[in-house]
Formats: sequence, structure tokens, C-alpha cells
Amino acid sequence: MSDKHIERSADPASQKMIKKAEEENIKIAWDRYDAMQPQCGFGELGICCKICNMGPCRIDPFGEGSQTGICGASKDTIVARNLARMITGGAAAHSDHGRDIAHALILAAKGEAHDYALKGTDKLRRLAKVYGITVEGKSIEKIAEELGEACLAEFGQQHGELRMLSLAPQRRQELWRKLGVSPRGVDREIVEMMHRTHIGVDNDYKNIINHGLRVALGDGWGGSMIATELSDVLFGSPEPIRATVNLGVLKEDHVNIVVHGHEPTLSDVVTDAVKDKELIDLAKKYGAKGINLVGMCCTANEILMRHGLPSAGNFLQQELAILTGAVELMMVDVQCIMPALSSVANSFHTKLVTTSPKCIFPGVEHIQFHEEKALEIAKKIIRMGVENYKNRTKQRVNIPPEIKGLVAGFTTENTFRILGGKYRFTVRPLNDAIISGRLRGAAGVVGCNNPNIRHDWAHIEMVKELIKNDILVVQTGCSAIACAKEGLLTPESAFEYAGEGLREVCEAVGIPPVLHVGSCVDNSRILLILSSVVAEGGLGDDISDLPVAGAAPEWMSEKAVSIGFYFVASGVYTVFGTPQPVIGSENVTNYITNELENVIGGKFAFEADPIKAARMMIEHINKKRAALKLAGVMYEKTANAKA
Amino acid sequence: MSKDLLNKKKSKEVKIFCDITKCVGCKSCEIACAVEHSQSKDIYSVVKESSRPKKRVKAQSIGKRVVSLHCQHCEDAPCVKACMSGALSKDPATGATLHDNDKCVGCWMCVMVCPFGAIVQDVENHIAVKCDLCPDREDFACVAACPTGALFVGTKEEFEKKLKEKAKKE
Repeated sequence: MSDKHIERSADPASQKMIKKAEEENIKIAWDRYDAMQPQCGFGELGICCKICNMGPCRIDPFGEGSQTGICGASKDTIVARNLARMITGGAAAHSDHGRDIAHALILAAKGEAHDYALKGTDKLRRLAKVYGITVEGKSIEKIAEELGEACLAEFGQQHGELRMLSLAPQRRQELWRKLGVSPRGVDREIVEMMHRTHIGVDNDYKNIINHGLRVALGDGWGGSMIATELSDVLFGSPEPIRATVNLGVLKEDHVNIVVHGHEPTLSDVVTDAVKDKELIDLAKKYGAKGINLVGMCCTANEILMRHGLPSAGNFLQQELAILTGAVELMMVDVQCIMPALSSVANSFHTKLVTTSPKCIFPGVEHIQFHEEKALEIAKKIIRMGVENYKNRTKQRVNIPPEIKGLVAGFTTENTFRILGGKYRFTVRPLNDAIISGRLRGAAGVVGCNNPNIRHDWAHIEMVKELIKNDILVVQTGCSAIACAKEGLLTPESAFEYAGEGLREVCEAVGIPPVLHVGSCVDNSRILLILSSVVAEGGLGDDISDLPVAGAAPEWMSEKAVSIGFYFVASGVYTVFGTPQPVIGSENVTNYITNELENVIGGKFAFEADPIKAARMMIEHINKKRAALKLAGVMYEKTANAKA
Repeated sequence: MSKDLLNKKKSKEVKIFCDITKCVGCKSCEIACAVEHSQSKDIYSVVKESSRPKKRVKAQSIGKRVVSLHCQHCEDAPCVKACMSGALSKDPATGATLHDNDKCVGCWMCVMVCPFGAIVQDVENHIAVKCDLCPDREDFACVAACPTGALFVGTKEEFEKKLKEKAKKE
């Protein structure tokens, strides 16, 4: 046997399952990745255009063959259009998720979806204010209904600005207005981008990218923020909570149910359904000790943040969970669900169930989710899982023992409460820690997994390097799960990995050096944290003044591109691992990795080596500290010695 | 040009070379090869054919490089020596390594001995499949399809000259 499994993943649990796949000749993502090599250079460079039927057109990157498409589009236009459509795809996915949450909130408020309670009333009142909804004399339900409708209306809004933009620093809002990139409506900007990138419309690459910023802002400060904030209203704002992570959360003597995908509407109800006595009794009748509900990908993050339910892993572990042979049922909703799951599930007794009309798998059982009958549907699906326990082949069960503890559940609101101590609901201590140089700054490390880089490795290495240099790290999505599996999301990890200054802050406040703020739509929480830090004062008047940086070291999805663009458009320096498909155009590459900083305060960099990327982020943070004329980093020498 | 190519095709000295600094691994050569060896020779129809054509060229990753690799029509071809049924032979006039489908018994000895991994197993028909230098066309499908000009037809000297000129330009 080769050492392929070790090269493929940095996570020991995943390594074991990759090896098992190899032994049983079951093809998984890494095998398909190998079979796909070499990957098309035109696609990688972004210089293949399939937008119209005169094409496909490809620009010869070596300058000998065609240098324009048949319509005459230059490589700059082609690259910009392709990138713009990636932003648009990502923004559409996040925003459609937000739309579904707004819809569910309205149904719950009207009493039509009675399996939901309106748990986040504090947040409801705060959001009502943002949306200009009067609360006096109105019931919670009435306010929630009006808020849901107001949010839903923003998707199709044609004029003006999205309301949540008002939560950004004043300077930022003015800059957006000046540049004409304040989104008017969520869907409007998405549709307009599809128009602009149609054959024979926009061919100024800067103009195309600038509208991309607008689309992305409509995601970050629109669709995604609506998804996060309304989820908090519907399901309650998360609070710091202890949980466990990795494939070891699957239990040999239990019925194992995995919820995978992104939206919390169904998964949140499933957490109630598994407590149903009748179902538990049924599980016992079949010889199981109970029902074990675990999450996968961002659905995991949603139920982890709010209920402390365990996470079985991140994106590249979805097939591996089934390979344990211990999963009775995997239910999926939308996004990042590999079509390959159905064939892997067919190699085991595992039942795969789709639930969203937007995400159907051929030959896979579909039980459509309706908010009005949420609990009933959830129970029906759980029952199928329980019934399937008897089909498990005991000899094929092989659950890796790896399991790690973590603390999750940090939000814009409660992170501050924690940092401020019990009686001070303020970010002042965070600002003070940065101003005094105890903290160098903060960084968001987010994003996916990608077989083009060793699974989890880039996330872990980058985050370790950052916290070693006194940078507080916030995380979401698959990146958070990667670092949780390494044990970085525990308060104790501060002693082992954090620089002296960060360690002091963690000890004083009792937080991990790496804060889990949720799923990928919850990146919007990071935008609001940054805005609060600006509002608190002492660190400039715009997000682009802050000593902060962002990164997506193992990115793969269009959503990651949209997230990257809304961070850049909000003034954040953002490092992606492998490059976005822009390298075929020097102009576009230069625009987004250089010139954009002078336009909007943020820019991209591409660096696949996570340590080098972390050093680039540290350099940027140092530059911002110098511009703010802040004191030197308190334990700089120590940090250097460690580096 | 076409006459020139036709003459080239017949020459013993002329081969297909791949400039690895220009190969981007787009697999256009693979697609063109498969289409050329199909019944319809049309990319939109090929996908509907009951028996899918087999490509005889492969864009392969070698370390960080990509190279379009096919039968090199070796002078002293190991596959011809290894062939027990006489399906493989050398054309003394053109230097091409020929494969006779009717004689092939699918023992895969040629697949095993080929130092370039250029012989493909057609499992469906249980015969070996390799580059036949596109007998139905004047040029070569893979070379014609190469969008970057990485594939080059000529003698060893011509190819070396081209590389030298390119190095000078840079």
C-alpha cells in the first residue's frame, strides 16, 4: 500500500478512510482528481469563453494563436466575464439561502410553520430598527412578519440601497456610493451581471469587475447577512458552546444520521425529531442504543453553533463518513453536496435522501421539505434511518477513533460580551488590545477544501502561524472544522500555539485563540464585527484602516469567490490559496491584486503556500499598524524568535 | 501546405514532437484523436455512437509539466519484438509502427513493454490500439487540434532549431 492517504489529507481520521477506500477500490474525490490530471490550462487561466455559440473560444496564452475571441473579446474581457460569473454564482447561492430563511421566518410568524419558534427576539427588535419597522404595540409575530417581508422585498428591490449597508462604517458607505457599487437589490445586481457578461455587452474589464464588487456586496451585506441574521431570529443567536468534531463522533452502537448541506431550516428541526421517544424506542428495538445525529459541512456548523451537535467533518469528508460503514442515513439540502455521494452510498447500506427541490440526485430518494410540516418530515426521514440500522454490515463498520473538543458559537454580539467581561457589552477591550500591541491584529480564515492541496493542511498551518504572531483568528465553514479537528478551537490551544500577547488575551477573557463564528453565510458576522471595531474608535474610520486580513487557503467554490470579493469590497486584504482563474490576463490580475487597493481599500493576493500566505497577511497587518501610528507589537521579539 | 504535410507524413525522419513548455494539458489532442478514430468523425455525433472511439494520445502530467504523448514509432520498437501474433510491424518505407487489428489477440505484451505507455487497451474489442498516424487524413488530427502549437511536425533537427529560436526570442 502506498502513502497516498497521508499525502492526501493532514487529518488522521480522513487518512484511515482514504486508505479504506483504496483497499475496497471505492473511488473518492482524490481518485477523481488524479484521473482528471492534467487539468485544462485554458480553464485554469480563465481564457476559455463559452458564453456564446460562436465559441468556445480560447486565447493562446503563448501569444502565437488567437488573441481575441470570435466576437473580438480580448483576454481581459474573457477573464473578467468568467470571474464575474463566478462571483454571481456564489452570490446567487448564498442569497437564495437567505431568501429561503426569510420565507421560513414569514411562515413561522404567520403561524403556518408551527414547528418553528421565534427564538431570537432581541435580534428581531434590533433588526426591526435597521429596517425602519416600528415595534411599539406590535406582537413579536407581527414584527417578525414585517421584517421577513422587508428582507424578502430587498431581493427584488430596484432602487436605493440595501438596508444592512447602513451597518457599515460611514466612510465605507460614502465610498461605495461614490464608486456606484452600493447594491440596489440582491437579485437586481445578479441579473445585471448576467446581462453585462452576455455576448456583446460590457467589455471593459474594470467596469465588469467593479460591478462584480456590487454583486458581491449584495451577497455579504445582503443575501448572506439576511441568512445569518434571520436565522438568529428564527433559531436563536448562538452562544459559546462545547462540542466535538471529526469522524470519531459517529457511534458504533447507535443509529447514525448525518445532515449535510447548508440551510438550517430542516436540520434545526431534525435536532428535535431525534429526541422523539417513539423513534428512540424503535432504534432500541433494532438493537441500537439510540440515535446519533451529526452534521457535515455548513449544516454541521449551523447545528453546532446553536445546539452543540457534533460535526463529522468538512467538505472532503462527506464521502469518508459513508466509508465508515456506520452511517444509516445522510440527508442533504443544498450546496457542496458531491454528486458522487450516491455511488459511494450504494457501496454501503447508507441511505441518501435529498430534501430540496433545487437539489435532486438521479436514483436517490427525495423527500421534499416543507416548512409547514417540518417536524413531520424530519421524523419520517429519521425513521428511514432507524429502519435502515438492521441493514448495516457489522464487519464493514470502521469508525476512526479521532475526535476533538472545540468551543463554537461565537457571534458579533456575544464575542464582544465575552471580550468585555460579563458587565461590559463592548468591543473596547479588543480595540485596546490591538492599540496596546498585545494583539497584532485579527484575521478571518475561511473557505473550503480542495483536493488540489493537502486536505486541512493549509488551514491548520496558516492559522497556527497567525496565532503564533499574536493575531486573533475568526473562522467559518470548512476552515473552522479543519482547525477544530487539530484542536485549535479550544481555550487550551492558546497555551500551546498562541503568541504571548494573544495568550494573555485568551487567558484573561477565557476564549480560544481561534473563534468559530459559523457557517459560510456567517462570514457576514465578520463584516459586522469589523464594523463594530471601527465604531468603537481608535483604529481609524474605515474597515480598510484596520490591522486585519482575510484568507481562503483551500478554496474551491464560486461562493468562496463571492465572499472574497465582498471582503475586498469592504476594504479587507484577502489571500486566496491557488489563484482565481485570472492569470491569463495580466491586466485583470493586476487590477484585483494591486490597483483595486487604491480604488476600494482592499485587494487580493494568491499564495498556495500557507506559511508564506500568513507572512503576507502579517506584513499587511504591520503596514496597517504603522499607518495608524500604533505602538509596536508588545511581544514582537518573542514572536520573531518563535518564527 | 497539405502536399508538404503529405510528403512529411511519408518521410521516415519526420515525427510529431511536443514542446512541453507550450503544452497546457487542455486535452484537445485527445478529443481530436478520438473523433478522428470514430465512425462519424464528428464531435457532436461521437457521443451517441454505440462504440466509443479510443484516443491514442494522452495529455499526461509528468511532475509539474504536462506533455501530449503518443506512439513514437520507435526505430527499434520493443512492441514489435514483443508481439507474438505478428499484429505489430514496421513499415520499411515510412518508418511507422503499424498495428493490424485482425491479427491482434489482445495479449497486452505491447502495452507492457512500451516505454512511453503509448499503447491503449481496447477492452471492449479486446485488441491493442495505438497511433496510426491518421491514415484517413493528410495531416494529423492531434497536431491540427493543438491550440498552442505545442505539437510540432518535422524532423528532429527542425524541432531543435525551433526550440533554439524560441529560446533566443526569450
